[in-house]
Amino acid sequence: MKSVALHNRLTRILLRGFTILLFFGFSLSSFSQDIDEARQKEGKKLFKSLCASCHKLDKKLVGPALGGVEERRENDWLIAWIRNNAELRASGDKDAIAIFEEYNGSNMTAFPQLTDQNINDILYYTTVGEIKKEVVADNTTTGGGSAQGTAPEWLIYILAAAIVVAFLMIASLLKQVSELKGNTTPETQSNIRRDLQELWVGVKNNTFLKVMSTILLLLIGAYVVFGTIFQVGVDQGYQPIQPIAFSHKIHAGDNKIDCQYCHSSAKHSKHSGIPTVNICMNCHKNISEVAETTVVDMGDGYVLGKEELDLEIAKIYKAAGWDADNLEYTGDTKPIKWVRIHNLPDFVYFNHSQHVTVQGVKCQKCHGPVEEMEELYQHSPLTMGWCIDCHRETKVDLKGNEYYAKIHEQLAKKYGVEKVTAAQLGGLECGKCHY
Amino acid sequence: MASNKKYWKSVEELKDSSIVETLSKNEFVEEIPTDQFLGDKETLENTSTSRRDFLKYVGFTTAAASLAACEGPVRKSIPYVVKPNDVIPGVADWYATSMADGYDFANVLVKTREGRPIQIMPNKEANGTTSARVQAAVLSLYDEKLRLQNPTKGGEEISWADADKEIGAKLNELKEADQPVVLLTGTMASPSTSKIVDEFLATYPNVKHVVYDAVSESGAADAFEAMYGQRALPNYHLDKAKTIVSFGADFLGDFHGGFEKQYIDGRKPETGHMSYHVQVESNMSLTGANADKRIVAKPSDVVFALINLYKEITGVSVPSNATPIDAEIKQLAKELKKSGSKGVVMTGVNDINAQLISLAINRALGSEILGINNSLNIRQGSDEQVEKLVSDLKSGNVSGLITYNVDPIYTHANSSVFAEAIKSLALSVAISTENNETVNASTYALPASHFLESWGDTHFTQGNYGLMQPTIQPLFNTRQLQDVLLKWSGNDTKYYNYIKAFWSSEILKDASWNTALHNGFYTASVDTVVDNVVTPRDISISDVALLLKRSVNPSDFELNLYTKTGLGDGKQANNPWLQEFPDPITRASWDNYLTMSMADAKALGFSNPVKDNGAIDGDYAKVSVNGVSVTVPVMVQPGQAKGSVGLSLGYGRTFGLKEEMQVGVNAYPLYTNSNNIQYGVTIEKASGTHKFACTQVQKTIAGRHDILKVASLKEYKTVDPKDHHHGWNKPAYVSYDHNEVEANTIDLWDEHNREVGHHFNLSIDLTSCTGCGACVVACHAENNVPVVGKNEVRVGRDMHWLRIDRYYSSEVETREEAKELGLSRGETYEALETEAENPEVTFQPMMCQHCNHAPCETVCPVAATSHGRQGQNQMAYNRCVGTRYCANNCPYRVRRFNWFNYANNNEFDFNMNNEYGKMVLNPDVVVRSRGVMEKCSMCIQMTQATILKAKKEGRAVNTDEFETACSSACTTGAMVFGDVNNKKDEVAALAEDKRAYNVLDYLQTKPNVIYQVKIKNTNEA
Repeated sequence: MKSVALHNRLTRILLRGFTILLFFGFSLSSFSQDIDEARQKEGKKLFKSLCASCHKLDKKLVGPALGGVEERRENDWLIAWIRNNAELRASGDKDAIAIFEEYNGSNMTAFPQLTDQNINDILYYTTVGEIKKEVVADNTTTGGGSAQGTAPEWLIYILAAAIVVAFLMIASLLKQVSELKGNTTPETQSNIRRDLQELWVGVKNNTFLKVMSTILLLLIGAYVVFGTIFQVGVDQGYQPIQPIAFSHKIHAGDNKIDCQYCHSSAKHSKHSGIPTVNICMNCHKNISEVAETTVVDMGDGYVLGKEELDLEIAKIYKAAGWDADNLEYTGDTKPIKWVRIHNLPDFVYFNHSQHVTVQGVKCQKCHGPVEEMEELYQHSPLTMGWCIDCHRETKVDLKGNEYYAKIHEQLAKKYGVEKVTAAQLGGLECGKCHY
Repeated sequence: MASNKKYWKSVEELKDSSIVETLSKNEFVEEIPTDQFLGDKETLENTSTSRRDFLKYVGFTTAAASLAACEGPVRKSIPYVVKPNDVIPGVADWYATSMADGYDFANVLVKTREGRPIQIMPNKEANGTTSARVQAAVLSLYDEKLRLQNPTKGGEEISWADADKEIGAKLNELKEADQPVVLLTGTMASPSTSKIVDEFLATYPNVKHVVYDAVSESGAADAFEAMYGQRALPNYHLDKAKTIVSFGADFLGDFHGGFEKQYIDGRKPETGHMSYHVQVESNMSLTGANADKRIVAKPSDVVFALINLYKEITGVSVPSNATPIDAEIKQLAKELKKSGSKGVVMTGVNDINAQLISLAINRALGSEILGINNSLNIRQGSDEQVEKLVSDLKSGNVSGLITYNVDPIYTHANSSVFAEAIKSLALSVAISTENNETVNASTYALPASHFLESWGDTHFTQGNYGLMQPTIQPLFNTRQLQDVLLKWSGNDTKYYNYIKAFWSSEILKDASWNTALHNGFYTASVDTVVDNVVTPRDISISDVALLLKRSVNPSDFELNLYTKTGLGDGKQANNPWLQEFPDPITRASWDNYLTMSMADAKALGFSNPVKDNGAIDGDYAKVSVNGVSVTVPVMVQPGQAKGSVGLSLGYGRTFGLKEEMQVGVNAYPLYTNSNNIQYGVTIEKASGTHKFACTQVQKTIAGRHDILKVASLKEYKTVDPKDHHHGWNKPAYVSYDHNEVEANTIDLWDEHNREVGHHFNLSIDLTSCTGCGACVVACHAENNVPVVGKNEVRVGRDMHWLRIDRYYSSEVETREEAKELGLSRGETYEALETEAENPEVTFQPMMCQHCNHAPCETVCPVAATSHGRQGQNQMAYNRCVGTRYCANNCPYRVRRFNWFNYANNNEFDFNMNNEYGKMVLNPDVVVRSRGVMEKCSMCIQMTQATILKAKKEGRAVNTDEFETACSSACTTGAMVFGDVNNKKDEVAALAEDKRAYNVLDYLQTKPNVIYQVKIKNTNEA
């Protein structure tokens, strides 16, 4: 894991440098033009709700790109076309028929409900486009890491200080004892070096302290050794670089897509399933680029903007064999090789559907706040102790499930409880997960 | 009295053999070979590794191991680009299909995971049955070594298009010149294929279709045709039979494809009726082992006895010879006459005359058991036509040969004729799933799809149709025969469209194709079958008997060739599951051998000494028949007729096989005229010692001779099973405080409450178990049980979680008793030998007994094996440290130790060592690593899956919904699995049955596996 993390950081630094270069390479020329923001807003609203599924301003989708369409066509013609293009074609308008044929005879919906004003608003929007706002560069510093680390460091200092103080107190006690015993001290001045030496001699000569210190040292050593060994193979926080910079935050968080829309086999199968490319294409067939303002903060100050993110979407098209220019599947597919984050050993049997469908456990319970993760990482340790802890605590939800009716009654009586836990149902037996 | 019987597993046990005695005390027959490197002082002294070096190595490896353990590998996860609709990763799909590979025919269900078939189970709705071979066929699909992968011409790769063009041109050329071409196939039993072949023959009138079965039953088909005018095999409805007399017909084995389901259906003691089955035979066959009475006779005497039986039944005098078993035949005739139309006679002699006599006896009895109207369409091979082909090839009267899935160069007695003739043919094409000698000799080798990759249909018995559908995309560049022939006939229809059209017009009429495909079978309504009613013709049996008598040539030694349960005709010889499958009778795997009676073996000086590692050895014999001789190891077989020897076909195949699978001796050269009985055999002792891999001696029962309980039907009906003196299912008694008390009154362990939730039991009916071994292979497939190879099996390291123990028993007491009688050693041996001439045989499937009070659990130092509340004894492999205490403390000897890594190991180059073979692994069960114990888990993955299914559907588990691999594979219903806490489950009643008992019940281990006392119909009443 370590090497991956290192690699991760290196790549980020490189990419960040590259981004900065890009930033300086392009000079942003904001054009000052009087824009009727109200009209633009109204037009944009209508465009998004009625036109956006087939049209874009700067790109061909199902229909032609509409940016600057007013320059290409007469206003009357446009109004007639938008309101009812079939009628226009029926009237024998050559331009209308030509454009219809150019787009393989795909029918455009008629919009008789739109007023001239509506249509003109839409057209206004297609002409002026988005209102560019001064984008404030995201200068989040990378101080986040230390905030978390502070508390334990403090704790260590306090502990260390406490130990030192204790030793000093013991030393002064010893000194007093020896003075009381009649060992007079020629010098009364305090000397740190001498004090330490006395402390050392004192400890050396005192069997009790010697034994205690040895035990303390051994305990600390054992704690460190066991702590280290038990962390072997525990990949909590594992956050590999994925072939596509997919952000769960955008999908599950901002857009509130249900987890099981993409991970659909979680409710049927032992595997939650990584969504197949055709699932991505359900939406991304129409979403070929992100909004101007979309940013993905990959942490460490490494931020992906629209330019990078659009390239990421293009990777889906490549995998699905989708020709975004001609809007057709080429059949030349390339499966995406995701890096698997949650790995259980082969000798463990885990079934998603048992937890998701039967018990109704929320995905976040084990996978953490996925809807906040720009880049996914392993939230839980996935150790057996972690599994068992949950099985011990979780009261099994039996409501409405005929299967549990009899067994619950028997077990509740046996254990004298109202609700039985997964453990009481047999969820701690070795053979339930190891076969 | 039944309970006085002594059971034994090996002939050696009868002798006063101290080795067997010692072995019976050792759980692991092989000591850990520490002496090899520690005991040899010289080697130790010469070794150059100093203590310091040793410490360095230890230090380095420890450091390296810990470093390696710190970093997990980066694992990739690659989803589909477009997910197929019916595939959910992690959820199994089942498809109904049929198997027809020319020798095995079955209606089956195929379990697939992520598009890979991983298991074959019987389609019980279609009355389908599976054998060990059918179960194992799924592994043959992934045989990347033997399967043909690309079309070749003279060894060079060629495209299908080019092959079509060239062969088409050649066929047309031969057609123009009217040169004869032969299409040689095995039995296909497929109506649509028959039509396609007919169309092909119509396109090329010079082509003739010859059906060739490697192991022929042509005699039976010819006889049926002669008497009933239709070339097919008669069906036998044994479920309705009262008396069954079989003259060497192994009908629980491969005779007519097997009748085990019907046979056992007619032998349920609960109904009060059991058929009385008498087997007259020379080899100890699976059928003979199950018979109520087994009469041993030489093959020639078996034939004469058949004629004599005809005489006794009809009273008509026909030519025959007297035999030593005439008195018993007379008795049998009486029995048969008494049974009348409920009696039936069969014979396994592949001779039209013998089969005619058998049919004539059945006619004389008016037997209703003989099914004439729903005859069997399997085994259509014709010896006559094949012989004609051989003579035509010899004389050069054939210009072209197209073979499909047959290998006459390996399987035909005159293989040299084929080998020579093919070379000089104008056109030789082999269409085959697997590489073999015939494929190699042919100019064109065209890869055919496996049945799991193919469309197809079957018609095994009249009126019962089956469908075959692909369960996986073709693994290689293959095409199925039907598509090839359609193409060559100039028909561009895909076979899929062809079969659909064919079925809707010819078979389904108005019924739904989708329903038929879903079910995998379709039963035609009665009126379509009616026109098959046939009227028998009269045949002069006197003439037939004379011909038969002349064909018999009684001699000192007679050879009876047979097929083994594991390998059959040898088609799946490269299948490691089948090679490792121990023969039900001899318990030997990875071999064929000459079975010989004890008397003959003694006279000729053959023996099977037991080595100190528990393995048995054998001497070689040179067997000569008709000038052909082979050298085979000898296995002394109790129950073998004196003056006869047995040898199985299907072994000794070498071409293209993995080296490990090239075992045994090819017996086909002795199979002259496809006759399974060969007279005039000479046997000489040859030099050398053969090492058998036999699981017979290792698993002795340590003197605990009450593992089996057998009673007669009369006892079952009349005697109280618990009766103190005569009871046939008496409870166990133990000594406690110097008093005899019932074993279940005292216990070492505390009792647990087992009434909450599920509690699983497996009931095994010894009456219904024929020992066929389908469950053994099913267990292999379900639980990823590794194959260990011949050498490991030899030293008792086989990994079978489920084995079928075979016990011999004799009515008279054995060694100990003989000693008491004061017999001298010589006399004892003689007495026992006589007993061993025809012992009774009992099969007992043995697996982890899942004891509620398990001795293994108490001794595990790391609590790796523990008891589940649902009755399963659980084994956590990742916790096991391999002390093997548990195996030592298990009274049933069912725990298996992983001596090596069997996966990804070139030393064990079986299916788990290559990418294709691994595709058969069950993803729900872990592949165990080296150094851990493993054993039957009572298919906990299956019980858990059933529970989860019920939970997800929010319902209680249905009655009899729980299943294990072995219980679903069992076609006779001997194994029944279920939840005893669900009183409606069949097993709940069986657990309380008066026949129910636990093995070694005096130990009070309280197993969750229940056995049902074996009931035999000794025909006393």
